[in-house]
Amino acid sequence: MTKSFDKTEWGLMVALPVLICLIFVLPAWVVNYVQVSLGTGLVALGVTIQMRAGLVSFGQGLFFCVGGYSAGLAGKFLGISDVFLLLVLGLVSGILISFVLGFLLRRYREIFFAMLSLAVSMILFGLLSSTEELGSTDGFNLPQATYFGWAPEGDTGKTMLYAVTCVVTVIWAIALNRILRSPLGYINEAIRENELRVEYLGTSARQAVHVTYVIAAAVSATGGVLWAMALGHVDPEMTNWTTSGQFVFVSILAGTGNIVAPLIGTFILEIVRVYAVEVSPNTWQMILGTLMLLTIVFLPKGLWSLMNTAKKKTGTVPAAEAVAGE
Amino acid sequence: MTTILETKNLERTFGAVVAAKDINIRIDAGEVLGVIGSNGAGKTTFVNMVTGYLPPSSGEILYRGAPITGKPTREIMRLGICRSFQIPQLFPEMGVLDNMLIALTIAKQQKPVLFRPAIDRVVEDEAIALLTRFRIERYAHQEIQTLPQGVRKLVDIAMATVSDPALLFLDEPTSGVSADEKMDFMRVLIDALKSTDTAVLFIEHDMEIVEEFSPRCVAFYEGTILADGPTGDVLKDAKVREFVIGSEFHRKPDESVETATGKGAA
Repeated sequence: MTKSFDKTEWGLMVALPVLICLIFVLPAWVVNYVQVSLGTGLVALGVTIQMRAGLVSFGQGLFFCVGGYSAGLAGKFLGISDVFLLLVLGLVSGILISFVLGFLLRRYREIFFAMLSLAVSMILFGLLSSTEELGSTDGFNLPQATYFGWAPEGDTGKTMLYAVTCVVTVIWAIALNRILRSPLGYINEAIRENELRVEYLGTSARQAVHVTYVIAAAVSATGGVLWAMALGHVDPEMTNWTTSGQFVFVSILAGTGNIVAPLIGTFILEIVRVYAVEVSPNTWQMILGTLMLLTIVFLPKGLWSLMNTAKKKTGTVPAAEAVAGE
Repeated sequence: MTTILETKNLERTFGAVVAAKDINIRIDAGEVLGVIGSNGAGKTTFVNMVTGYLPPSSGEILYRGAPITGKPTREIMRLGICRSFQIPQLFPEMGVLDNMLIALTIAKQQKPVLFRPAIDRVVEDEAIALLTRFRIERYAHQEIQTLPQGVRKLVDIAMATVSDPALLFLDEPTSGVSADEKMDFMRVLIDALKSTDTAVLFIEHDMEIVEEFSPRCVAFYEGTILADGPTGDVLKDAKVREFVIGSEFHRKPDESVETATGKGAA
């Protein structure tokens, strides 16, 4: 019999209360970084699950932005401020747009997929930047979050939003971990290795890519809503290529070996960036670039590969887990 | 015998080049059929057309009496027609067992399924059983890139059998296998496939292998079928000798063929 929860899922469930309690222990600025990291970490998760199929999305900012703007527009024009409703709206928007775009993108692989996803995200960037009603390049602010009619303010409001962010992130991480262990997860691994064989085993690679693309969009849009609610603001930079590049950066830095990796990787990147800016305000990008270079040279499968190396040394990686990359 | 595959006037052209023309073949359930022909004769084009990789320019393909012409590869695989490749099509960054696990997982799914774990003890046991059937279970935990070519070929063929096909095409199964090992390799292969009652069509350049393992043989030449019948008769056919076998297999027409097992195949 298959166990109901694997180690990663147990780890996530144990980590959830710990993560929430951090707000009472850590300084506010660190908690802010954790919260923002969880939002963008979800987008990096979207990039990661596509990478498992060999697809590098240089336009994942599109769905990050779709999520954020869905929440923002609902707040601005419909007066909706309920976090759960905004999450649903962001999710549905992401799914609908990706479902339509998926019919085009599922036909492409490698650099063509990367460039096409980037092109689509830059179209949205252009549209939003030139729309004055939506604040043009400045964007606009979101309303204060409410919870089924309850509108906590001050520290209570911050704590609530942080807790919701943690819960939603963990739910998504567990769901995506399930997906990686499911037939779709294995089909994606196979597509990355040899798409011809996948077709000759009797399944549609394009269909699997399409489903994966929609799932990645859904999780990224959720991240966009949470990020926008945390900052209280959206702007077109969310879908700019530099933002999308950061998500790819995180996925490479963290590796695709485990669903937790991009979440940790995002936080590491945020912290490195903070200290890099402090140490070298004018050339902090060089520090990030060096980090990227070192990762690619010494850890081509990302930071998480250190865990796998340790597991292999102790001989604790069963075949199925090795395939799933756990 | 029940006919499972029939092609009628199958033709494939690439611009002005006729790769296959008037291909009429019937394959019965459970039979073993050898296909010979020089490079460019249309053998692989025929397999590509039947398995949906290349749509035929004209003609019809019937599987169990129903037309499958132009259907996508995955649908044809689901119906029970599978193939292996001249160059093994594996998942090269993974181990042998992982290749089998993924193949079993994919072959058993009609559509991508979410949330339900794909691999459990049952699937692992099934993968090991398949490897055992092809006598490569000792390589289960070895990486693909470290395998000898013959074992890669067997993994490729084992992966093609995960869905218990009724008809299996083997594209040059012994290519890349050393001359000393070819006979033993084919014996392992045919033994493994006999236990499943799968009809096997294999493309082969080694006439001794064809004589030994296929009671029936089809000779291709310049995109057409030159001869189709009992292997002994086809190999003695004057045109086959002139255009297909050439200097590789010179034997007098009335000469009985002495095979590796000592039995006369003619």
